Amino acid sequence: MTTLPITPSQTVGPFFAYGLTAHQYGYDFNSLVEGELVNPIVHSAELIYVSGQILDGNGQPVSDAMIECWQADGQGQYNTQPIAYPTDQSSFIGFGRLGTGTTRTNQFTFTTIKPGATAPDSAPHINVILFLRGSLRTLYTRLYFADEPEANEQDALLRSVEPERRTTLIATKSKDGHYQFNIRLQGSDETVFFDL
Amino acid sequence: MEPNIVEPDKPATHSGLSPSVPLSNHPLHLSPEYKSTILRSPTRPLMLVPDQMKNLRMPVFGDSCLGALDNDLTKNARKNGEPIGERIKIAGRVLDASGRPLPNVLVEIWQANAAGRYIHKAEIHDAPLDPNFLGAGRLLTDAEGRYSFYTIKPGAYPWGNHYNAWRPNHIHFSVIGPHLDQRLITQMYFPGDPLFAYDPIFQSVPKHARELLIAKFSMDWTEPEFALAYEFNIVLNGRNQTPFE
Ligand SMILES: [Fe+2]
Repeated sequence: MTTLPITPSQTVGPFFAYGLTAHQYGYDFNSLVEGELVNPIVHSAELIYVSGQILDGNGQPVSDAMIECWQADGQGQYNTQPIAYPTDQSSFIGFGRLGTGTTRTNQFTFTTIKPGATAPDSAPHINVILFLRGSLRTLYTRLYFADEPEANEQDALLRSVEPERRTTLIATKSKDGHYQFNIRLQGSDETVFFDL
Repeated sequence: MEPNIVEPDKPATHSGLSPSVPLSNHPLHLSPEYKSTILRSPTRPLMLVPDQMKNLRMPVFGDSCLGALDNDLTKNARKNGEPIGERIKIAGRVLDASGRPLPNVLVEIWQANAAGRYIHKAEIHDAPLDPNFLGAGRLLTDAEGRYSFYTIKPGAYPWGNHYNAWRPNHIHFSVIGPHLDQRLITQMYFPGDPLFAYDPIFQSVPKHARELLIAKFSMDWTEPEFALAYEFNIVLNGRNQTPFE
């Protein structure tokens, strides 16, 4: 079997917004996906909000990162239907993308529903993909939910993380329906990133 | 057209890795010459994960996502005329490392205009904006993994990394492959750029793999009286172990 050399990764750089996240930054180009992973009207009763910051080695929020979320629906099924544009015809998208440069505090906030478990040994989680100026490669991590302690206890991937670092993958609940998930690129509580 | 194949000229020294570790084509996370990596790259080893996680299917996008001019950056932002600069065609294929073409892959690009100016609001380089050029486009690969854009050749631009720092001409690419480990963002460069030797972002790639980021001029695809063409193939992680679904 032929093996072709993999195309090397490069940084997303500081100027991605008018291409990858144009609408939320106010550029004159449409965006296929944004911060809503579901149709908020269809799912109004079960909406959750996931907010956070990306923090650099000095604890400073990063203003030019792009974060993508990919998750299963409430039954633990990933969306296999093609994403359409405009998206409002589809009630569950499962994929979202936000830049961190649109708010003063560089917070992102995704609007979604809590995913169902995708396997018996897997707790509800969101796959998180992160790009930023100063990062030369795709960064992968996962977001689990603090109010799922029993499921988290059984989660195969979480169990394979050193116990003292597990909390870096768990979003805290700030109030009903609101979760906080900060990603720390460095430091004593550096987020666990995966080797994919 | 066959994808670029690069023979490593000699085993590169990727610091910290023993020679028995297969060489990665990717940059290290920390590449201190590119100063922003110093506070923004993970310091702990990345955690190994099961193949099942790498194989997770990514979202797919439908044809309704594409506007008629989304892959023609010379036309998709015209206000009162044509954009200034050298019209070019960028084309190629998206494949996995086993050589399988990857159809229906979302490829998004963004770039500076011919003067080396990005339309991004945070850009402060003193070069003119072009009212008829945005510099962003997208498409889905066809059944054979092929793609093709028309655009304007981007100019070089200065940046603040060090004294007299200039980026080589480049186009940014974002690619969402079918599996989680096939999410790639990269930059495509042009042949023979004198700035390669001075650019810490280009130089962050291990030496044996740098050529993979340089498009090849293609006379075959050059369109008479219209546009020079460059070929740039993108190879994502392969699935040698896993049967294709
Ligand atoms: Fe750039």
